Amino acid sequence: MSITEILFWFLSALALVGALMVVLSRNPVHSVLWLVATFFAISGHYILMNAQFLAIVNIIVYAGAIMVLFLFVIMLMNLNSEAEPRKSWMMQLAGVLAGGCFMMVLVSLVRQTAELGGKTALVKEGNIGLIKQLGMKLFSEYTVPFEISSVLFLSAMVGAVVIGKKD
Amino acid sequence: MPIQYYIFLALALFSIGIIGVLTRRNAIIVFMCIELMLNSVNLLLVAFSKMHHAEALTAVADTTIGIDAQLFVFFIMVVAAAEVAVGLAIIVMMFRNTHSVDVHFLNRLKN
Repeated sequence: MSITEILFWFLSALALVGALMVVLSRNPVHSVLWLVATFFAISGHYILMNAQFLAIVNIIVYAGAIMVLFLFVIMLMNLNSEAEPRKSWMMQLAGVLAGGCFMMVLVSLVRQTAELGGKTALVKEGNIGLIKQLGMKLFSEYTVPFEISSVLFLSAMVGAVVIGKKD
Repeated sequence: MPIQYYIFLALALFSIGIIGVLTRRNAIIVFMCIELMLNSVNLLLVAFSKMHHAEALTAVADTTIGIDAQLFVFFIMVVAAAEVAVGLAIIVMMFRNTHSVDVHFLNRLKN
């Protein structure tokens, strides 16, 4: 077992455990911290696939900015861990069954797909994830979507301020 | 790494996100599960990008096929950041009006 495979299985296990603990934790602050752990595991997967730019952006934007925003809102509301009422066990069972059926159907679909057999994702190699390559592409072919996304950010900022303002 | 491993991992993360959305009542946890689903899709896009890049490399050396998926992931992150800003503002407003983040309080629109 090479070091790459060990890293792959470790990061996958960390991501799955983190995701499960997000759903299972009673305290919202613990859920946020487990979600940060999941995002770090996914960033590790990006680094393993040599997508360095996306790994850094994932850590800065998701684990850094978005999760701090979540933590800030939870602490602003002073949410008590026992305050949340639980759904009835029928609803929880139905939710788990729905998610499990969705996963089962798609897993069996992927297992039967002949086109995916023998295909591998390139790990540790390839230069398409580097900042230089992505920047050249982003500012030549994708300039218009890039500029439109700045307008999207501006409108989201104005919208958040308008919604959050006291009447 | 075989591409199936990445597909199964992304599917498992997505399904956990769905289960979280369906079984929790705290609006913030539901929102976090949506973020989890977005991230699993990002992981799958990067894995497919590396898969296509590996195929193209066998034919032509020094190609950039597969880079579009990674830019797509970048734009998904942009949209997710905007979505979180607006969504958390909506949750804060809901908390201010109902003093709760329970999604079951929002069924008043039903009648």
